[in-house]
Amino acid sequence: MLDIRWPIGLMFSLVGVLLVLCGVVASPADYRKSLDINIDLIWGVVLLVFGALMLLLAWKGARATDEPGAEGRSAK
Amino acid sequence: MQQIHLGLVDYAILLAYTAFVIGIGFALRRYMKTSSDFLTSGRSIPAWVTGLAFLSANLGALELVGMAASGAKYGIATAHFYWVGAIPAMIFLAVFMMPFYYGSKARSVPEYLKLRFDERVRCLNSLTFAVMTVFASGISMNALAKLLNQLLGWDYNLSLWICSGVVLLYVLKGGLTSAIYTEVLQFFMIVLGFAPVVYLGLKDVGGWHKMTATLAGVAQDPAKVGLGSKTFAPDAWSSAWHPLLAGSNGNPMGVDLFAMLFGLGFVLSFGYWCTNFLVVQRAMAAKNMGAARRTPLIAAVPKMLFPALVILPGMIAASLAFTGKDGYRLPPKRVDNGIYEKAIPAIQQASTAKLDVEVALTQINNALGPQLAKDWKELKFSHEKLALILKDNAASPLSESGLRDRIQDAVTTNDYDGVILSLVKKYCPTGMLGLALTALLASFMSGMAGNVTAFNTVWTYDLYQAYLAKNKSDEHYMWMGRFITVVGILLSIACAYFASNYSNAMDIVQLVFGFVNAPLFATFLLGMFWKRATGTGAFLGLLGGTGTSALFHALTLATGNAPGVKGGYLGVVQTFPSEMAQNFWLASFAFGVCFLLTLVISLMTARTKSDEELKGLVYSLTPKLKDEAEAWYLRPAVLGLVLLGCCVILNLIFW
Repeated sequence: MLDIRWPIGLMFSLVGVLLVLCGVVASPADYRKSLDINIDLIWGVVLLVFGALMLLLAWKGARATDEPGAEGRSAK
Repeated sequence: MQQIHLGLVDYAILLAYTAFVIGIGFALRRYMKTSSDFLTSGRSIPAWVTGLAFLSANLGALELVGMAASGAKYGIATAHFYWVGAIPAMIFLAVFMMPFYYGSKARSVPEYLKLRFDERVRCLNSLTFAVMTVFASGISMNALAKLLNQLLGWDYNLSLWICSGVVLLYVLKGGLTSAIYTEVLQFFMIVLGFAPVVYLGLKDVGGWHKMTATLAGVAQDPAKVGLGSKTFAPDAWSSAWHPLLAGSNGNPMGVDLFAMLFGLGFVLSFGYWCTNFLVVQRAMAAKNMGAARRTPLIAAVPKMLFPALVILPGMIAASLAFTGKDGYRLPPKRVDNGIYEKAIPAIQQASTAKLDVEVALTQINNALGPQLAKDWKELKFSHEKLALILKDNAASPLSESGLRDRIQDAVTTNDYDGVILSLVKKYCPTGMLGLALTALLASFMSGMAGNVTAFNTVWTYDLYQAYLAKNKSDEHYMWMGRFITVVGILLSIACAYFASNYSNAMDIVQLVFGFVNAPLFATFLLGMFWKRATGTGAFLGLLGGTGTSALFHALTLATGNAPGVKGGYLGVVQTFPSEMAQNFWLASFAFGVCFLLTLVISLMTARTKSDEELKGLVYSLTPKLKDEAEAWYLRPAVLGLVLLGCCVILNLIFW
């Protein structure tokens, strides 16, 4: 069955990239609303990290199920 | 509410989410081989996924919006809906009830009732549940389309059909698994979409202590922000239990301790979390008994912390409005277009004739006609602001849109449901705005998906297979499952239109479902823990409990309400300080009557099920589950106790 961590990871990485781009392009005046904090940039990075973590977990999970004997072989 | 303008990035985020949920549906398509794959996920999902879905299925958008509203209206005591009204019931479900639901191999809650009691009880429960889910999803879709219309200026019909279409597409492809997966996605969207808003809001009010200090001002002068004329002790908004212990007149909820603990904490909470198939279905989709029992426990962890995400914004808004920082105010109730069209010419006339405000208001009332005048009466206006509009317009005529904005601004009635969005609008720049709005949209859509997937299972297994077409092939039921999914969505859309045109009729519908749900837990409690409970007892007990709810409602009223839809139409025997108190007491009575009736009638009727038939369905006749096989930290009883302890600590911190 599809591991839900793939779509979660991919989607939040994508949204993270969009937010970071938004934060890089924008001028300080655009952040008057968010108390002069470049929330897009900061939160975009948070989402990227979260997305990457999910992808990493999904990748590890896939390796564990695809090759049941993987750990034993690498030990050899 | 004034419109929000989305940037390109905001639309990109919205589109990305939509593409991903549809993509999930298509990716799951090839796993849908049997009706059980489609309707019950083939019992194959890990516990953390079902756990988050369990939580999300309950955290619909209306809850999100409603909790922020209550946060503003009642302060931190709103958290009782989580700490008293959810956590204990979720733990009870995991430790005591899940073994029967999962172990009995029932595919739905009504099917469990059939195994435990008889067809009558199942029929009653599945019919009311099926109708209720369709209405619930219709109400929520109506709210979504209305929101998109008011907020973004999208067409109501188009919004309704497109959002429903997206849900239909992914549920049709991936069945319950699709719904569960998107619920997990929605969980992260909500957390990650709203956390920055809460952070910014809290920073803006000057931190937690500054906020509670301001809320003390709110409690002593709620009228300043339009929160009613009563005044309370300074800690009424910032302490969870003090105001409650002061009695029903000492807290803005108007609820007494018994109603809170027994009515909400026991009857309503256990009735919802332990018997509502919408949430229980998520736990039943888990891959094994251990995972099924851990599902509600895993959900309990974020549930316990959610007040920080959904109630805190309301408290922030109340405190911002009290200090009037940057001109913030609680969002005013929206004036409908129909009213503007009639009211604006009347105001222009009154202004050129230099009429007094009171006279002008009568003229507007006359111009509106009886139907609109009723809506108009529900709005209160600041007379100073209206006088200023008349004066300014007389000096130099204002444009129509200018007049609209000014009239809207003069409304003093609060629209609490707009609180969360008013904060999103205040703090979110382009980018974050798209994320927060997508989170809201996501919870609306996954709410519909949740209802539709519960509906199609109950229809296919408990109504269609049970009464209309027994012994057909699995392909046939699979086909029916898909077919009824389409029907369910279409019915939801019809209900959405119904709700938008007849909101009063919808209130009555929801009221009736409240009557049916209130006594339900008594039936389950006796059924699961008392082998002597009989089908006749359960059936008549349920009917009696529902009748009691209706009668109770007909004889009681909340202060400030006129007899009618809100109760008291047969005479007023008891008056409650608030609708919430009335509701909690109603549930308590319905539960009590259902419990007693089931008990007495069961003792008077003969048992129809032998001990052997009730094995796995009743506590005393079921072999104890051997938890010892699992590591101690995975055992439901241990986890449950730890969670209960955490919940008590939270209550003490915010005492």
